[in-house]
Amino acid sequence: MAEMPLIQVRGLYKRFGRQEVFKGVSLDIMPGEILAVVGRSGTGKSVFLKHLIGLIQPDRGQILVAGQDIHRGSSRHLAQVRERFGMLFQGGALFDSLTVEDNIAFPLQEKTRMSAHEIHVAVAEILKDVGLEGVEDKLPDQLSGGMRKRVALARALVLHPEIVLFDEPTTGLDPILVQSIQRLIADTQAHFHYTAVIVSHDIPKIFEIATRVAMLHEGVILEMDTAARFQCSSNPAVQQFIAGRLEGPLTPT
Amino acid sequence: MARRRPPLQAERDTTIDSVCFLLAQLGAVVLSLLASLGRIGLFLGQSVGLIFVPPLKIRRVMRQVQFIGARSLLVIALTGLFAGMVLGLQGYYTLTRFGSEAYLGPAVALSLITELGPVLSALMVTGRAGSAIAAEIGIMRITEQIDALEVMALNPVRYLVVPNIVAGILALPLLGALFSTIGIYGGYLVGVQLLGVNSGTYFGNMKDFVDLTDVRNGLYKSLVFGVLITFLCCFKGYHTGYGAEGVSKATTEAVVWSSVAILVLDYFLNSVLL
Repeated sequence: MAEMPLIQVRGLYKRFGRQEVFKGVSLDIMPGEILAVVGRSGTGKSVFLKHLIGLIQPDRGQILVAGQDIHRGSSRHLAQVRERFGMLFQGGALFDSLTVEDNIAFPLQEKTRMSAHEIHVAVAEILKDVGLEGVEDKLPDQLSGGMRKRVALARALVLHPEIVLFDEPTTGLDPILVQSIQRLIADTQAHFHYTAVIVSHDIPKIFEIATRVAMLHEGVILEMDTAARFQCSSNPAVQQFIAGRLEGPLTPT
Repeated sequence: MARRRPPLQAERDTTIDSVCFLLAQLGAVVLSLLASLGRIGLFLGQSVGLIFVPPLKIRRVMRQVQFIGARSLLVIALTGLFAGMVLGLQGYYTLTRFGSEAYLGPAVALSLITELGPVLSALMVTGRAGSAIAAEIGIMRITEQIDALEVMALNPVRYLVVPNIVAGILALPLLGALFSTIGIYGGYLVGVQLLGVNSGTYFGNMKDFVDLTDVRNGLYKSLVFGVLITFLCCFKGYHTGYGAEGVSKATTEAVVWSSVAILVLDYFLNSVLL
């Protein structure tokens, strides 16, 4: 029997004022895969992620997580669904008044019955997993961009979620840090076996870790395939996007 | 006599279009106002409701009591002292005209306890703490920290709004009382020490004319202002616009709305309480 998709997006429509962001986006995300969502700036990739976790309501369409529509039901139902998710925000979204340790401990303090000592141990462990040690007492503002992303990843992973959403995890980092964050995502995914949805601009590096790639363009999924096949796509728009050429069906705006 | 030409069809259409446009504009303004009021109402309902639904975030409440209350002490003491001194001075010269300077004590005390204490302390707290609350929550919104709380399946209102409202309820009556107490002492300094009103008369008449109901009414007012300021500032910060400009606008609006609302509500509270 074919494996059931973990997340199903069905005919998603969304409009902000006069701007129509989605005109019927549909896709399936399988358990354990790393799905990269690519596309030009302003095509609504981050908005798409926020729909998946219920931060934005669609105008029309459904988002099913394990077969359940997340937008239908009470706020308690949505909260239950969200407990399956972790999210790495573009800017990290670390609580700037809390230290690194308190930031990572926050979900544990609020969502578990662990003792202070157990939380301290768990934080140290996850910080080690993301390659950061000895920064527990620092405030987010005292960290570099790459370190902030690592702390944010640690916070997103600390409750061992089933699905992790990454909103441009490598934007604004130098090429070596990009490589190291991508390696970290691949390693942690292999370790914790979560399903990952990554919005990224890092072409072609993202193809190294993605199981499948979906390209959002003009409100629909223009192409969705395995990373290898996506790169060989015959669609001229996809080829132009991957090569970053000015000439082609996609016009620079 | 020349007859007036009847309007052409095109002219009639233009007139109808203009009227329709005006009506549509008016309708849009009314609808947007109603939507805003609805949003405020729902947010207030949720915020106040969550005060009574455990768990209350005690540590955050304590932190906000310290921020709104303890850290406003100096500014409240200073403004209270000078407000009382001005009242002492003005009151003395006004009452002397009627030969009633013996009533300086109750005049100062009643003005402070029922009116100036609650209102001025609330305005000072708005300027000092309200703007900071709006800016802090606004920055949390634009840096996606509020989204991060939601993603953790936690209710941001419980973490960010409720502690501020509870802190406002606890701190404002105390700050208002402190303002009035220091103000009465300020009035004493000017009236008794500087202008020569008898000390016994100043305090003795106060006991006769200031009723416990006045004190209670002053506290009620501070209580209402405590909820009002903290709620409005949180609301504006929570629904901030985009970027630094959005936060600065939200902060300004928070202070302006709160200040206006304090004075408007003060009138209505007076009508009910007096």
